[in-house]
Amino acid sequence: MNARTTKQGGGGAGLLSLLARIRPALNFITALAVTFLGLLAITFFIGRVIPIDPVISVVGERAPREVYEAARKAMGLDKPLIEQFLIYLWQVLHGDLGYSLLTSHPVLEDIKRVVPATFELATVATILGVLTGVPAGVIAAVKAGRWPDHIIRVLGLIGYSVPVFWLGLMGLLLFYGKLGWVAGPGRLDIFYDGVVPQVTGMILIDSLLAGDWGIFKNAVSHIILPASMLGYYSLAYISRMTRSFMIEQLGQEYITTARVKGMSERRVIWKHALGNVMVPLITVIALSYAALLEGSVLTETVFAWPGLGFYITTALMSADMSAVLGGTIVVGMVFVGLNLFSDFLYRFFDPRAKL
Amino acid sequence: MSAQDRPLLDIEDLRVDFHGRTRVTHAVRGLSLRMGREKIGIVGESGSGKSVTGRAILKLIRPPGVVRARKLMFDGVDIMTADEKTMRAIRGARASMIMQDPKYSLNPVMRVGDQIAEAYVMHKKVSSREARARALAMLEAVKIRDPERVYKAYPHELSGGMGQRVMIAMMLIPEPDLLIADEPTSALDVTVSMQILAIMDDLVSRRGMGLLFISHDLNLVASFCDKVVIMYAGRVMEVCEASRLREAKHPYTRGLLASLPEIDVVKEKLEVLKRDPAWLEEA
Amino acid sequence: MSDQQKPAAPPDAPSGAGGLRAWLESETPRSAFQARCVQMWLSWLKFSANPLALTGLLIIIALVLMAVFAPLLVTHDPLAQDLAGRLLPPGAKGHWLGTDGLGRDIYSRIVAGARITLYIVALVTITAPLFGLLVGTLAGYFGGWTDVVLMRVTDIFLAFPKLILALAFVAALGPGIGNAILAIAITSWPPYARIARAETLTIRKSDFIFASRLQGASPARIVAAHVMPLCISSVIVRVTLDMAGIILTAAGLGFLGLGAQPPMPEWGAMISEGRKFLLNQWWVATMPGLAIFTVSLGFNLLGDGLRDALDPRSGQS
Repeated sequence: MNARTTKQGGGGAGLLSLLARIRPALNFITALAVTFLGLLAITFFIGRVIPIDPVISVVGERAPREVYEAARKAMGLDKPLIEQFLIYLWQVLHGDLGYSLLTSHPVLEDIKRVVPATFELATVATILGVLTGVPAGVIAAVKAGRWPDHIIRVLGLIGYSVPVFWLGLMGLLLFYGKLGWVAGPGRLDIFYDGVVPQVTGMILIDSLLAGDWGIFKNAVSHIILPASMLGYYSLAYISRMTRSFMIEQLGQEYITTARVKGMSERRVIWKHALGNVMVPLITVIALSYAALLEGSVLTETVFAWPGLGFYITTALMSADMSAVLGGTIVVGMVFVGLNLFSDFLYRFFDPRAKL
Repeated sequence: MSAQDRPLLDIEDLRVDFHGRTRVTHAVRGLSLRMGREKIGIVGESGSGKSVTGRAILKLIRPPGVVRARKLMFDGVDIMTADEKTMRAIRGARASMIMQDPKYSLNPVMRVGDQIAEAYVMHKKVSSREARARALAMLEAVKIRDPERVYKAYPHELSGGMGQRVMIAMMLIPEPDLLIADEPTSALDVTVSMQILAIMDDLVSRRGMGLLFISHDLNLVASFCDKVVIMYAGRVMEVCEASRLREAKHPYTRGLLASLPEIDVVKEKLEVLKRDPAWLEEA
Repeated sequence: MSDQQKPAAPPDAPSGAGGLRAWLESETPRSAFQARCVQMWLSWLKFSANPLALTGLLIIIALVLMAVFAPLLVTHDPLAQDLAGRLLPPGAKGHWLGTDGLGRDIYSRIVAGARITLYIVALVTITAPLFGLLVGTLAGYFGGWTDVVLMRVTDIFLAFPKLILALAFVAALGPGIGNAILAIAITSWPPYARIARAETLTIRKSDFIFASRLQGASPARIVAAHVMPLCISSVIVRVTLDMAGIILTAAGLGFLGLGAQPPMPEWGAMISEGRKFLLNQWWVATMPGLAIFTVSLGFNLLGDGLRDALDPRSGQS
């Protein structure tokens, strides 16, 4: 996935240098295509091969033989596996993820409906995680080996070790149950539901667009707890990585140069060193965002947050396999997509890696 | 003492130790030096403490390094007791240092011009437009043909020689009184290195700065400086006038001279340096 | 100082305690065996100087003891229901940590759950690294197309969200502790394959591999007898660091009802049961969560300490 070994093609004939230029991009697209194919192969395997008999789950155990055979034919299960896979591939590429047993809507439609909630939560959480994690990592690196470093290290270790769903429950118990500082599970209080017209699907933005402060405030009081819990999780990861990147950069010669020039220590740390850390940090932030999407199956269940994770777990409970696999494919695609995106950002921010 | 005849740099018994996990490394052991606005070369093998000396003058030694000195004065300011604020006003503005390898000593993600202008804005409190104009002028002064283009370049887009010109421009822009050059050409090709030295020499002489030239190249230093300080293992072995280097008395200096190849003299075999542990004993 | 570090009196070791220590700290070991002991001793010194790492080790030792002696440590039958004594707060009627919704003693269930946690961790850490090691060494040793294909498959698995993939597997296989372990193992082998491949590539060209090939050893024998053992130390560090993640994933699957099935006292499932009583009987969900947290913290501390002690590249600044 890391196609960041690049460098300008230099001189040479036009076509060759063009090829050399777009080669990393080509490599990347190939890798992406193969990964995506692999993803579908695995979901196909899970959906069509492992289950004892998918036909029975459709027609029921006591269906007469003819009905069973007809269903089997209709589902294409009499064809060779490879042909089944190609059909499956064709369907997925056309956005056909099957129908959900639970909602009896096309899975893709369901997912489009729930995805904004997940993005909203993960984005707010990542913003919180970056705003706290980067400064924490910088301070830990500057004070390496002294008490601020130890405190931040322990905080990070706790973040790595705590089960995120349990942390969510404890948060609900304390801040909602005992202290009453925040609103409980869900995205909005029930009587606000569906009041604001859907534009982006993200309530924080939609309510602002509609100019409805009451709903905005209510949405904030609902999102703040799950977002801080997830934000803490990404704080642990981001601060740890920031610390090690910063320690590496602070030992570089150009830092001494900046000091020789008489720059203040604050400028040396926050402008010169952090400027260099931002480049690898982008990848870290993208990965932590991906991790939050993945963790959404647990947190959204705890907070009854109607997003993709909640959708997948609800489908799991009712053995709604098309919905589960559809959700898996979407999360997997976003995962791979984030890798691509971080690579792109990397090139954008690092002057040494211009295409 | 009036400001005129006060030495620019006055060092007595400078010691720098680095405390490792198991042992203490004595990088500099009792160096004394006095200089005015002249050009002094410090020569020694690698590990003889010359770079550490340069950094100690700017108070840039960080833990686990420890600096001690009976006297460490820069133009009347006591470096040993000076606080960070005083030091920041000195660094760059009054004393600066050209580092070894532009590949590592320039910030890779900042435009070269911004790195030059940054120091000027900091010390002279001018607008960024004025600083930009000054930086462009400075790039011209170090004989860069296309200052506008170089101003906008990133360090990795420059050759080593260009990078070192940028470094010189960056360190000379606030017009310091003392310039420390820490092996400024050892990372460069020989031909390029002569051009760089010529530029540096020209600017230093014209502005009447003091220059502390750190190098391992005895001949280069002798041709370039007024005085030469020979260091070995953190101690000064000998100080002599550059013009009378051939008359040096200390066996280490003689050894160094003897181990140099000469183009017009045929030598059967180059001497191997002999080192005497007695040189390291405290006087 | 720990006793298991002492070698069983090698012939060339001088007698006496001081002699052993000197033997262990010798800078000029006389045998390969002594060299290895010196290396281990130095790592141990570095490790034991780190209080956080020692804390982690203590937690893990406590966990193992708890699992081994679980029948002696429980105060009640972990499965016995007592509907009259349900949801008792901690300390009431001899229930140290209270009782759950069916009146079962939470303390006893947590103690019994230590066995399940260890069982999961042990099975995953045996299967996944072994499989990864196999894939990685094969890819690294044979190179060419084998390498390309195997590593492409590894990358595909690596590019996936692990938890979601494990979820989908369990969903298809059916819930249960065995399937949960299988799913976690399936999703956690790829990093080991990467490590093993990297190590193999450096080992492959070395003289002793060449020598044994000249002696007519078969590729299978070379991989199994020479290459794989050399990859193990870097794999072990990674395994310890992964254990916390395995525990959290297993607990997550349990919480979603996909792991161990009731009435097994699995910690994640216990939290899930306690959810119903969260606001009024806080202890039911809190206690098992604390257990998960402590154990996974222990593994993280131990893993960090091991990495600092064993990996020469990660010297502390």
